[in-house]
Amino acid sequence: MAKLLSKRNGLIFVLVVALIMPFIVPNDYILHVLALVCIWSISVYGINIFTGYTGNLSLAHIGFFAIGAYTLGLLTVKAGWNFWLAFLAAGVLSIILGFLVGLISLRTNGHFFAIYTMCVGYIIYLIIDKWDSLTGGVRGLIGIPGPASIGPITFESLTSQYYLLLFFLILTIFITKRIVHSLLGRTFIAIRNSEELAQTIGISTKKNQLLAFVISCFFAAIAGALYASFVRFIGPEIGGIFLGFEMLIYLVIGGLGTLSGPIIGTLLIVFLTQSLQFMQEYKMLLFGPILLIIVIFYPNGIVGAIEGIKRKTRQKRKKSGPNKGYSGIEEVS
Amino acid sequence: MALKVENLSKTFGGLQAVNQVDLEVKKGDIHAVIGPNGAGKSTFFNLISGFHPPTSGKITFNDHDITKMPPNKIAKLGIARTFQTTNLFEDATVLDNVIIGNRLRTKSGLWDAIFRTKREKREEKESLEKAYEALDFVELTELANEPIANISQEQKKRVAFALALATDPELVLLDEPAAGVNPDETEGISALIQKMADSGLTVCLIEHKMSMIMSLADRIMVLNQGKRIAEGTPDEIKNNPVVIEAYLGSDEDESAEVTNL
Repeated sequence: MAKLLSKRNGLIFVLVVALIMPFIVPNDYILHVLALVCIWSISVYGINIFTGYTGNLSLAHIGFFAIGAYTLGLLTVKAGWNFWLAFLAAGVLSIILGFLVGLISLRTNGHFFAIYTMCVGYIIYLIIDKWDSLTGGVRGLIGIPGPASIGPITFESLTSQYYLLLFFLILTIFITKRIVHSLLGRTFIAIRNSEELAQTIGISTKKNQLLAFVISCFFAAIAGALYASFVRFIGPEIGGIFLGFEMLIYLVIGGLGTLSGPIIGTLLIVFLTQSLQFMQEYKMLLFGPILLIIVIFYPNGIVGAIEGIKRKTRQKRKKSGPNKGYSGIEEVS
Repeated sequence: MALKVENLSKTFGGLQAVNQVDLEVKKGDIHAVIGPNGAGKSTFFNLISGFHPPTSGKITFNDHDITKMPPNKIAKLGIARTFQTTNLFEDATVLDNVIIGNRLRTKSGLWDAIFRTKREKREEKESLEKAYEALDFVELTELANEPIANISQEQKKRVAFALALATDPELVLLDEPAAGVNPDETEGISALIQKMADSGLTVCLIEHKMSMIMSLADRIMVLNQGKRIAEGTPDEIKNNPVVIEAYLGSDEDESAEVTNL
């Protein structure tokens, strides 16, 4: 019980820190970066549902991020829709497109799936880049409105926008947690563990992979739409493969298939990137080795490594001390 | 007849892996499939459980034609199987590995997961109970919260059995259940298989350990180069000259086992 309480206290502490952030940061710049961390994290949670928990690598994810961003941008700027209506449309469109892309791409497996989805991602990028009359091509799309006010709540100041993004991030984490700890989440994990075994115990692997894929596309599009409304300007590079790999790096370093991995990885790498700004492109010289070390020695990222250490000490304690015999289901984190 | 296989064939390119095999398995029986390495035993199981579509022939299970069904639907009809390698999730606990076995009898989806509906809670409870029931059956209840990585090979086999049992099957296909476990433990596995049959399950198993097969099986089918060369009670098989020849003509170790009987 004490352990549970301390875990809950830890969560409350993190939440409180996140909430008072706007009042303790020395300047708006850091708050701006934190807001971006929220956006990236939502997208990384999306990758985590599919790649982390269900075990297939999709490289089309960034394409759906761009679809979300451009849907919101085009509908508000060119069609003059209400912000929240456009936001909803971005989510719905990503579900429809995600379903169609998933339906076809999930006919392939493993590396072929990764290659196929990379092609899909690149096609999305090319469409945005080349369809000048619709998307504005390389010039991008400017003048995207910020989130429209809801009743008396407005989102004009940076602080209010930060809170809005934080709200969406918390919602994303909450939904992920619910999914992971449900029968559906167990199904995803069973598929990641062994597709063959999952089929034998009566799980329709394709159907569940498709569902996970659509959920992941949805999160990507929501993050994209939030990005567009936060930065107010989007160009085709937000659908580029580089950004896609960057998000994947956040996830791998944080911890694939863990609940807190996406936010920890994103937070860490984004701030590391910011503080290494002076190194410009050479910062990759530092990231490369870090990534290699993590992939080789801690394939489950920082969170996976910490959990491994925790598990070992718990076992040691169990072996030495009297058996406490904790019952119930171990949380799959 | 619980399971009826008629004229079943499977070719991989030019290789005739399974060649016009007939088999009838009676409800509640323990039916063994034996044969030298490469005889097509595992392929035969893969055909029944839906992993490969047969080239020709027909498979019926409880009057359902399952010849062209995908594995997950076959599992829902009540055929469970285990693999030569256990395929369990090493990082998770024994219980976590087994809970998912009941998934095919549950309906909770995304909506239920996000809102933790009554159905989700009820089905989670049912799955947990089912898992404990299965672990109880294979006598592993006390290891429920142990990670798979910490348990022995024989215990892993038992977990794989529990997972198969958690799907609530009528027919269980066991692919070399005693492979990689020591002689003492083999007896335990034998007793467990007998217990399954006694509880009303129909069991089909592939095994190389002859003494185990001879004492356990009600009937035995012998495959050689994809063909069924004999079928009968253990006594009939033991004295069948065709079977002895097939074993003598292949692997020395296995022939020794047969002649030792």
